[in-house]
Amino acid sequence: MQSNVSIAGRDVIQIADFDAEQIRLILNTAVELKSVLKRSIKKLPSLRGKAIVNLFFEPSTRTRSSFELAGKYLGADVISINAATSSVVKGESVRDTLLTIESMAVDAMIIRHKSEGVPQFAANTVKPIVINAGDGCHAHPSQALLDLLTISQFKAPLDDIKGLKVVILGDILHSRVARSDITILKMFGADIHLAAPPTLLPRFVDPSVTIHATVEDAVKDADVVIVLRLQLERMQAGLIPSEDEYSRYFGLDARKLKLAKPDALVMHPGPQNNGLEIAFDVNYSEQSAIRAQVNNGLAVRMALLLLTLSGEREVL
Amino acid sequence: MAKITHSLLIKGGRVIDPANGIDATSDVLIVDDHIAAVHPSVEIEAHETIDATGKIVVPGLIDMHVHLREPGQEYKEDFESGSRAAAAGGFTTVATMPNTKPVVDNPYLVEAMIDRAAEVGLINIKIIGALTKGQRGEQLADLAQMDEVGAVAFSDDGHFVDSAKMFLNALDYLKPLDRLVICHEEETTLVKGGSMNESLNSARLGLKGRPSIAEDIAIARDCLLADYACARVHFAHVSSARAVDIIRSTKERGVRVSAECTPQHLTLTDDLVDPASAATKINPPLRTKADCEALLAGLIDGTIDCLVTDHSPHAMYEKELPYNQAQSGFPGLETALAVMLTEFVWTGRLPLDKLIEKMTIAPANLFGLDGGTLSVGARADVAIFDPSLEWTVDAKEFFSKAKFSPFDGKKLKGRVTHTVCNGKVVFKI
Repeated sequence: MQSNVSIAGRDVIQIADFDAEQIRLILNTAVELKSVLKRSIKKLPSLRGKAIVNLFFEPSTRTRSSFELAGKYLGADVISINAATSSVVKGESVRDTLLTIESMAVDAMIIRHKSEGVPQFAANTVKPIVINAGDGCHAHPSQALLDLLTISQFKAPLDDIKGLKVVILGDILHSRVARSDITILKMFGADIHLAAPPTLLPRFVDPSVTIHATVEDAVKDADVVIVLRLQLERMQAGLIPSEDEYSRYFGLDARKLKLAKPDALVMHPGPQNNGLEIAFDVNYSEQSAIRAQVNNGLAVRMALLLLTLSGEREVL
Repeated sequence: MAKITHSLLIKGGRVIDPANGIDATSDVLIVDDHIAAVHPSVEIEAHETIDATGKIVVPGLIDMHVHLREPGQEYKEDFESGSRAAAAGGFTTVATMPNTKPVVDNPYLVEAMIDRAAEVGLINIKIIGALTKGQRGEQLADLAQMDEVGAVAFSDDGHFVDSAKMFLNALDYLKPLDRLVICHEEETTLVKGGSMNESLNSARLGLKGRPSIAEDIAIARDCLLADYACARVHFAHVSSARAVDIIRSTKERGVRVSAECTPQHLTLTDDLVDPASAATKINPPLRTKADCEALLAGLIDGTIDCLVTDHSPHAMYEKELPYNQAQSGFPGLETALAVMLTEFVWTGRLPLDKLIEKMTIAPANLFGLDGGTLSVGARADVAIFDPSLEWTVDAKEFFSKAKFSPFDGKKLKGRVTHTVCNGKVVFKI
């Protein structure tokens, strides 16, 4: 059925570059790979002989280790470069860094950068496959894919996501996760609601998304609640008054969560500020899919590497 | 009578000289460095003749807002490369901004730059001095001394003067000098860290915005201060529709404000922004179709007095950075006239003589410069362009050191074939 759908050789910069069939292919492949992750010996030979470089210009733990392990479980050679300890701090330009890595005969570059547009610039500049692991406030496509996979695992298969009420809470303005999640969820017809202090919302928002002044309004009868991380520097920037005030009105606690459907799913891209944007008991409640998200992230990243680098999924 | 050493005859062109209300097929005779005759038929054996049949002959264009980057940033542009770019675009007079290294904020540097302009000698380069020392907005620069040695205007271009008191002081202090202050109007706190217009597009791309309200607030403040101080104020590169409205209503009240806009803000919009390439990055940023329309209306009804390029060359390595880190601005001298012709004149939205007025006599009158006319006796600054010549912008071929442009690859119609400055042909195709 999906024989003619392929993302072989494609860069993965943003969700909007893919259609629903391609996203289905990625998620179906990820589901199959999850079974591999349960094996005692996980390593597959699919990407043996391929070299992948994690090029992280911005700190990251989970995304970087997730991509690194994803490559390794598929048999590829993976190295990770942290900009903080690389020639970037010696003043090397992005172009020079990219061309240097390209010259080492790599097959894929996983790039995270604090500035929007850098992964696309990389894709325009070098031949290896480029996968965006987060660029500024713009996009985080693998997070959107793992979030969709998590929703499809716990709430509804992809075909039934249409009409599902998904709420995103928190710092939408600065969130590449929110942008990518909104794009992918809209593609599958979810009903998207946002709640945040107005200072943390873009002034111009796609009219197909509903904005609420309070978390209580937003989460009412929700199927899924995605809580975003609050960067602590937002206080210094004058966008919100205090942690206390934020957590009181915009943090997801058990009381607010009760307004959602009883089986509503709670998600968070991590790392969590317990007691700030998410209450500890909600983070670890039965409804929390936060640990499952991490596992799904690994599977989705394996699927991305496998499908872009080998083009095949019948190698399991 | 002085001995004639050289004569140049431009024959058979359509001469448009808005300063004298001329639009007719005429010959233009140049003797040495001045216009000697504009007449339907000049029968004379000149030393040099240009056949302008089918072409349009206009006063040399004037651009009161360029960055030629001297002193200190010659790796971006210098007076020679900038002069060649200007000549290729039909410009014979440009005024260069003082945001250099060091900032041109004292009479010694103004003099040095005037000498440097004379040394290059291709076109007329006018020097704009800084309004405040180091363009820091804290202390007045040596305005009277810079005026005395020949600065044509004052500007902290690139920076908004944050302090209303400082700006008011500058307006008051300048009154006896009758020199214009050219203001970059974006309220600082509202644009900090921003790199494109704030809109649905910036929300989608995740790029921090530079909202038009920042420009509107700044222009509103300075319209009020111009009124209060009974002073003249000139607004640089206006980009927002609301700002055009504010300037219009201020002018209607008799306050002596004036404004300029650029071809890029008239024609390009923020949906062109691609975060992987900073060619479209400029301050103030490219805005929306509605803003472009308002600027055009302002240009036609006189709210906007003149057209400038804001020619802002940079080294490729400064431009080829992540969008939010890249330098703002791009070169514009070599595309300005053709962009305006293609987008507005040939489409019937702007009369040709109005465009030429906005690029010649209007800025000359506004800034008290000679030039901008083909009057007999005037300095022989002339641009000749072929209205039917179609060409494609290739930034790699620019005379400017900056080989990039948001117009790169664009098909344009109308191209300068000859530029004459001080009676000498300084560019021909």
